[in-house]
Amino acid sequence: MKPAPFRYVAAESLESALALKAEHGDDARFLAGGQSLIPAMNFRLAQPAVVLDINPLRELDFVRAAGGGLRIGALTRNRTLERDALVAQRQPLVREAVPHVAHPPIRNRGTLGGNLAHADPASELPALMLALGARLRAQSARGERWIEARDFFRGVFTTALRADELLAEVELPELPPRTGTCFMEVARRRGDYAMMGVAAVVTLGEADRCTHARLAYCNAGATPVSAASAAQALVGSPVGEGQIHDAAAIAQREIDPHGNVHASKAFQRHLAGVLTRRALRTAVDRAKAGG
Amino acid sequence: MTAELHAITTTVNGTRYSRRVESRLLLSDFIRHELGLTGTRVGCEHGVCGACTILYDGLPARSCLMFAAQANGHEITTVEGLAPERGRLDPLQEAFRAAHGLQCGYCTPGILLTMKAFLAENPSPSEGEVREALSGNLCRCTGYQHIVDAVLLAAARLRGESPA
Repeated sequence: MKPAPFRYVAAESLESALALKAEHGDDARFLAGGQSLIPAMNFRLAQPAVVLDINPLRELDFVRAAGGGLRIGALTRNRTLERDALVAQRQPLVREAVPHVAHPPIRNRGTLGGNLAHADPASELPALMLALGARLRAQSARGERWIEARDFFRGVFTTALRADELLAEVELPELPPRTGTCFMEVARRRGDYAMMGVAAVVTLGEADRCTHARLAYCNAGATPVSAASAAQALVGSPVGEGQIHDAAAIAQREIDPHGNVHASKAFQRHLAGVLTRRALRTAVDRAKAGG
Repeated sequence: MTAELHAITTTVNGTRYSRRVESRLLLSDFIRHELGLTGTRVGCEHGVCGACTILYDGLPARSCLMFAAQANGHEITTVEGLAPERGRLDPLQEAFRAAHGLQCGYCTPGILLTMKAFLAENPSPSEGEVREALSGNLCRCTGYQHIVDAVLLAAARLRGESPA
């Protein structure tokens, strides 16, 4: 197989890459890890006229402390997210979820920014961004703007990025004290897309009462799906089996899985219920243990 | 569109090559057709099967999911670069021979390079860890058991143990 002909440009600077993107708009695609774009080009599902390779822009590859949170450059490889000590310490949810993303040779190339900009609703990382309340920085020749994760994902493979914008950086806010997180998924084989996956975040306050919770799902709709009502149902009381069962039941109604050849909608909803209960139990235990 | 050519210099198995390549030439096709190193196999061409796996700057990567133009200034190892010299095999290759870790052999180069990097990082893997590390490489002949055996044997030998 061969991709359709295109013009390849290895970016010499962020400015020149953004200028070319502004010039060519939707006819140009940024090439980061290429683990989604190049298969699409090999199948000729994607036929960009210009490919702007941002791999030379090392300044987009970083993990930095920002207050108690993290700022992660768009070109940061999944491999780094899996191994970085600061990520493991401050965002254990990311450390737990990334090994589910495809296979090591794919994670060696695939990047955080590329994954999020690709916006595959079955992918793990977009759901994590919702669960963690991330902000995403879009940069263009005109300037920059921050986009909340909940506003970023608009549909299957569709984001809020404009034709001249590059996703440059992601900010993950600090987890409050006594916050427990958990990611779980069910896939047919290791490294396959999840039939259903859930990211749970639970913060406990006085007397172990839940003060904040988030639940986000992958492969549960046209975008990563946040189950806000289910999470809200947890807030205000200690999280026991009763609350966990209620929240899981609400989440099962809140998500909108499409079903596919491997898993019917009903089965996906069933998995969401099981995974939500398990992930919440684990997240609560971790919160009680200090997060 | 007239084909636009890019001058690249890349080091493959320790040898520097300078070529002019079309934008859309995949790294896998460059290695096979331009350099004649046909040990790198082409299977699915969308990153799933693992047959085209090479070491790119020391790390396993799918050569079908990269363009040759990207390899400018980078270092590549293919299966031809594993053995230390003609007539000798890498310990990993030796173990695959000893444990019958291949049948048709089509997937083997990708598996060898993936496992080479895996064992460098994890010299004492459990069977489960080996299976997980192999999960991105499809083999349709063996059922994987002898591949797992071969990797565990190689790991033991590299640690200086001599398993029964």
